[in-house]
Amino acid sequence: MNAQAVDHADHDDHHHGPAKGWMRWLTTTNHKDIGTLYLWFSLAMFFVGGAMALVIRAELFQPGLQLVAPGFFNQMTTMHALVMIFLALMPAFVGLANWLLPMMIGAPDMALPRMNNWSFWILPFASAMLLATLFVDGGAPAGGWTMYPPLVLQTGAAFPMLIFAVHLLGISSIMGSINIIATIMNMRAPGMTYMKMPLFVWTWFITAYLLIATMPVLAGAVTMLLTDKYFATSFFSAAGGGDPVMFQHIFWFFGHPEVYILILPAFGIVSQIIPTFARKPLFGYSSMVYATASIAFLSFIVWAHHMFTVGLPVEAELFFMFATMLIAVPTGVKVFNWVSTMWQGAMTFETPMLFAIGFVIMFTIGGFSGLMLALTPVDFQYHDTYFVVAHFHYVLVPGAIFSVMAAAYYWIPKWTGNMYDEKLGRFHFWMSTIFVNILFFPQHFVGLAGMPRRIPDYAVQFADFNAISTIGAFGFGLSQLLFAYIMIKTAIGGKKATSEVWEGAEGLEWTLSSPPPYHSFSTQPIIK
Amino acid sequence: MATSTDKQHYFVPDTTIWPFLASVGLTTLLMGFINILNDGGGKFLMLAGAVVLFFTFWRWFGEVIHESEGRIYSSWEDKSFRLGMSWFIFSEVMFFAAFFGALWYARVLSVPWLGGAGEEFETHKWLWNSYQAVWPTNGPANVGGEFNVIGAWGLPLVNTLLLLASGVTVTWAHHALKHNNRKHLIWGLAATVALGFIFLFCQALEYSHAYHGNLTLGSGIYGSTFFMLTGFHGMHVTLGAIILLIVLIRSIRGHFTPKNHFAFEAAAWYWHFVDVVWLGLFIFVYIL
Ligand code: HEM
Ligand SMILES: [Cu+2]
Repeated sequence: MNAQAVDHADHDDHHHGPAKGWMRWLTTTNHKDIGTLYLWFSLAMFFVGGAMALVIRAELFQPGLQLVAPGFFNQMTTMHALVMIFLALMPAFVGLANWLLPMMIGAPDMALPRMNNWSFWILPFASAMLLATLFVDGGAPAGGWTMYPPLVLQTGAAFPMLIFAVHLLGISSIMGSINIIATIMNMRAPGMTYMKMPLFVWTWFITAYLLIATMPVLAGAVTMLLTDKYFATSFFSAAGGGDPVMFQHIFWFFGHPEVYILILPAFGIVSQIIPTFARKPLFGYSSMVYATASIAFLSFIVWAHHMFTVGLPVEAELFFMFATMLIAVPTGVKVFNWVSTMWQGAMTFETPMLFAIGFVIMFTIGGFSGLMLALTPVDFQYHDTYFVVAHFHYVLVPGAIFSVMAAAYYWIPKWTGNMYDEKLGRFHFWMSTIFVNILFFPQHFVGLAGMPRRIPDYAVQFADFNAISTIGAFGFGLSQLLFAYIMIKTAIGGKKATSEVWEGAEGLEWTLSSPPPYHSFSTQPIIK
Repeated sequence: MATSTDKQHYFVPDTTIWPFLASVGLTTLLMGFINILNDGGGKFLMLAGAVVLFFTFWRWFGEVIHESEGRIYSSWEDKSFRLGMSWFIFSEVMFFAAFFGALWYARVLSVPWLGGAGEEFETHKWLWNSYQAVWPTNGPANVGGEFNVIGAWGLPLVNTLLLLASGVTVTWAHHALKHNNRKHLIWGLAATVALGFIFLFCQALEYSHAYHGNLTLGSGIYGSTFFMLTGFHGMHVTLGAIILLIVLIRSIRGHFTPKNHFAFEAAAWYWHFVDVVWLGLFIFVYIL
């Protein structure tokens, strides 16, 4: 784009196809190209993070120290979480937003296409910076993804790399979110009022708000870590009048909304998929919207449930306990609505639907363990045990990640014009579901029995459950190779998909051809 | 406001290399900084990154300005820019919120606790029994040694007046722009930029007083919150002043019309934002 383009771009830029060659991917401003980049990137990082998880599980297969040094084990737990959250899951959701939002609201593209390119292209650099920590003096960060001081301040040469990688990732997601909000507010087709937007659009709208509100707070927190280490400040040092617990407050003010950032788009996806395969409109659309908004609001006033054991005043313990339990109400509304949508529907069980139903059931298991953890006196026992690990993996793996896979199966015929292999898809679902439960369910038991998290060794009475868990982990990991295979195969070719793809699907994206034209809606449709 | 007629066609730019280059520049800059922090030489790398970043932004924004002056954008695109800028400022507000939060947490909770308030925390009981909770403080270990505090009613008051005045001059410039009075627009903007740089000069002076009185970044929690809050604010004033300077140059070159001047408004919003942050600082850092 330069001066000449300006002179004539006005009327014909929409008819350009993609640029030729690999430069297309560096320079694209197209929401579909950028969505594709995000999604493949996320898939790759999913395997990087997954490999780290397998190192952890391999070490935990038996009690005692076998495979890796304890220090490296800690690097793995830390990096696994950071990679999965910031490099796999968040980019996956942003990729889906890029692909789908313009098509769902009847827009030609995202509102700020150049910035869109930048949001993506910061990611590979930030990821390289983060992953490079594995190879520097002192190794990768090993103090946990929560980066608590004073422990994290003992990180070696990796320390500033960690801090700046977090800054870069923050910049990327803030720009992505600004773009998403601007797109939703400004690019909807005439007649598409807010309360007519598909739920995936709604949940992303609110997620983007959460991101813009909390990523800068994380940036502030890690900046204070940086100055505490290198510039003599005392934010988190009691000797200078600061307080290490203060970091935890600031971190979790970001951290709790962050877990909802990882689940709200998933709620949106499931709310798109279930009506299609139940062949009924979503039950309680407006209550879904209000429930999402309430969850987002509440997510700002529950953060200290991660800190029940640090020595908070009793009033604070009580407040954060009750506020946390309140979240179960809107969450329950959602689960109720999904189930009611299926009730008496003409259901079929294609792969996306299987993943969506799996989501509803297994996310709810995670929600219930969350509710248990929300009870302060009970959390005194559970905190920092494998029970917490089981909780958040249920909401994140058969929860958030299943939703991403459901979305991939559901929309890949639209994106590529090819049908995926239904048999293999279902097989992938069943393998994943069986193994994910073998992997994480036993962790509830060892957790309740007192096995601490983030430790490479454990007492012998936990051995059996840990061995089972590790078998589940490798089974789950291997099943995901199948997922990659199915996705790549579908991207390359396959049975042609129709525009509508699914007989019960509603929404603007299904009115476009499969694959859709390079610029989605050059002329906006009118919504009645 | 956008009417249905100008919603016919949304400008989607073609390919662009600037964002990718900006990532290269930004990463290089940070890698240089990382090397410096790890006691290696990284100055050159940092500088190289900064140059690439600056060049990229120059070209990127130059392109957008060119499109804007070429009347490529209708009110539809304009609204995207406005939304983008507003939400960006909101993210900046939240960045400052983290540091204000740290200040309040220390003053209201953790410093009194260190001094033995509340449920008699162990730190007070066993570690620093004689510590009295007062503000300002550099903590029970007297980190960084005794220091002198900067009074609110000297330079900080002057700075407050400077920024408030600059808020008035930028509004004056805006009115002039709306009434197509180019001369007043330029004078208003020039005054704003000048006030901004005078503010920065006073701030530098104040820092030098502070360091002479042994108030440093290393003066415990007081020094930490004081310098981080005022320092990040100062960086934002610098950025705001540079943006306003560019808007001034563009105004001298005849850019903007009474109806079409998003860049001016974005700069003005940003300026009001740093203004409001300063008022927060003046009250919570200097006066109270
Ligand atoms: C029903 C709603 C939920 C409740 C009541 C809840 C409650 C809790 C509580 C009390 C803890 C702290 C446990 C401890 O450390 O002792 C916790 C941890 C966690 N939760 Fe949830 N949770 C809920 C939903 C979710 C969702 C939807 C996600 C993410 C998608 C999530 C992700 C996490 C994570 C990642 C942690 C562990 C963080 C860490 O310490 O590393 N939770 N949850
Ligand atoms: Cu939480």
